[in-house]
Amino acid sequence: MKKKFPFHIIVFLFPACFIYSIFMIYPLIDTMRVSLYTQNLLGENMDDSSGIRVFIGLRNYYDLFFNDTWSWHFWNALKNNLYFFLLHVSIQTPIGLLIAAFLSNKELKLKNTYRTLIFLPAMMSIVIVGYIFNLILSNLWGIPQTILGVVGLEHLYQPWLGLKGSALITVSLISIWQFVGIPMMLFYAALLNIPEEILDAAKVDGSSGLNTFWKIKFPLILPTVGLMCVLTYVGNFNAFDLIYAIKNIYAGPEFSTDLMGTFFYRTFFGYQHQLGNPTMGATVASTTFGIILVGVIIYLFAFQKRITRYQY
Amino acid sequence: MKKISSNLNSTIMHLVLITYTIICLFPVYLLVNNSFKSRRAIFKQPLSLPNEDTFSLGGYLKMFSRIDFSIYFYNSAVITIITLFFVLLFGAMAAWALSEYKFKGNTMLGLYLALGIMIPIKLGTVSILHLMNTLNLVNSLTGLIIIYIAQSLPLAIWILTEFMKQLSNELKEAARCDGVNEYQLFFYIVLPLLRPPMATVGVFTMVPVWNDLWWPLILAPSNGKQTVILGMQQYIGQYVTNWNAIFASLSLALIPVIIFYLIFSKQLIRSITAGAVK
Repeated sequence: MKKKFPFHIIVFLFPACFIYSIFMIYPLIDTMRVSLYTQNLLGENMDDSSGIRVFIGLRNYYDLFFNDTWSWHFWNALKNNLYFFLLHVSIQTPIGLLIAAFLSNKELKLKNTYRTLIFLPAMMSIVIVGYIFNLILSNLWGIPQTILGVVGLEHLYQPWLGLKGSALITVSLISIWQFVGIPMMLFYAALLNIPEEILDAAKVDGSSGLNTFWKIKFPLILPTVGLMCVLTYVGNFNAFDLIYAIKNIYAGPEFSTDLMGTFFYRTFFGYQHQLGNPTMGATVASTTFGIILVGVIIYLFAFQKRITRYQY
Repeated sequence: MKKISSNLNSTIMHLVLITYTIICLFPVYLLVNNSFKSRRAIFKQPLSLPNEDTFSLGGYLKMFSRIDFSIYFYNSAVITIITLFFVLLFGAMAAWALSEYKFKGNTMLGLYLALGIMIPIKLGTVSILHLMNTLNLVNSLTGLIIIYIAQSLPLAIWILTEFMKQLSNELKEAARCDGVNEYQLFFYIVLPLLRPPMATVGVFTMVPVWNDLWWPLILAPSNGKQTVILGMQQYIGQYVTNWNAIFASLSLALIPVIIFYLIFSKQLIRSITAGAVK
């Protein structure tokens, strides 16, 4: 009997593939194409019917990296974004790991309550989080002064979000505060998946709690730590809402909190007296895409190989 | 001796965890608590709970007199629910095809669809805006819904595929022997079995969609089509000085998500820790 052509497979796959391809993959590829053009900026309309597009090859990229009009903002945003990421990895990961390690303790009571509450901020809108902290840290309200005053350190208060030296760190800490729940949850899940026998064997051999953690558990969950790093990396280079809520698109003071997301927005839509530039916006987006790709590829090479080694 | 040290250990753990939980909840407490206080009390006693003297709904009243939050809530709810429906339907269909049928290019297609988990859709904004202009979907809820479906599908398909691989073969084969065709098999037998992963997919779809600022900002910035988050953001932008109203609008935008999360948290956390999302 000859097999019928499997129409049903196509019917099942078509809707998802169609929407995904047209509204996600095609725009990504088309954005890269647009980044190779320049636009005759006659009209102020965002729609590209207002200007004639001319193919200029990699000229936009050259301008972005080396031409003063763009390059200062680009390198500044890139540097800030890397710093933003490094702060996340070096603060968020250890806190997440510590809490997960505590929660994975079998005898601990109330662990479900802790878990639920610590994960809560990750569910909140970044915009709302940004506004809340903007209010809490503003010197009009005086919450930090009150809290510092309790321990007699009131003089340490400064408007951290407003100072060029501390704004980026403060914004990073706010974001870390919000998303600690995610590494916590992933590490917790990984710790639960470690087979009992391994831990029992360690106990029988007289390994202490701390020793067991660093010598046995941590190496076993290392792949999850790697995954968390790359997820954070992608998320951080995609960040926009927090800066927009706290600092608007100007990413002040003096662009010290500017990230690739806000830089992209300003480039695309324009700000103050600068007109929006869709093709340059496409260039910034494509460059961000490249940056994200580099991170993902590094992860795949560095960690994916190890996962097989630690498979249990 | 051992008993004492284990007691000490658990005390330290509880102290650390309680401290961190307080750090997590303190800002939320400050926000919601102060939204029910008079302006004077917000500044004078920001930490204490409202009492007879300081209780006030002024912020909420002020806010409702200026903007129609119910429209924003309606928009957000419509967007979120329709998106969720199509993500679940299309996602489950694709996941079913990927996990059940062997066909040429199956693995490649799976990888292609998984790309979207790692690549943020925001990077295609320039072209998406152009596309939406061409399709005349700027300034409409439909445009937003389509983008959200595209954005949520990759993760949904991935989670559902992992789950469907674990479904028992016997059930499927038994159904096929009874002469059930592939569509009936999927819609009547497989779909009802998907309740547990659907809850996970639901939370992972709804929360980012409800909370999103970027697409409403870009695609629907004008009157009457704002989502809660965008409406709140524009409102705060206009009335920066009225703290009561700010607290009220922030609380109002926040509370639905908190309630939603607390209802589904058990299921969500269970499925994360069970390894559905690794």
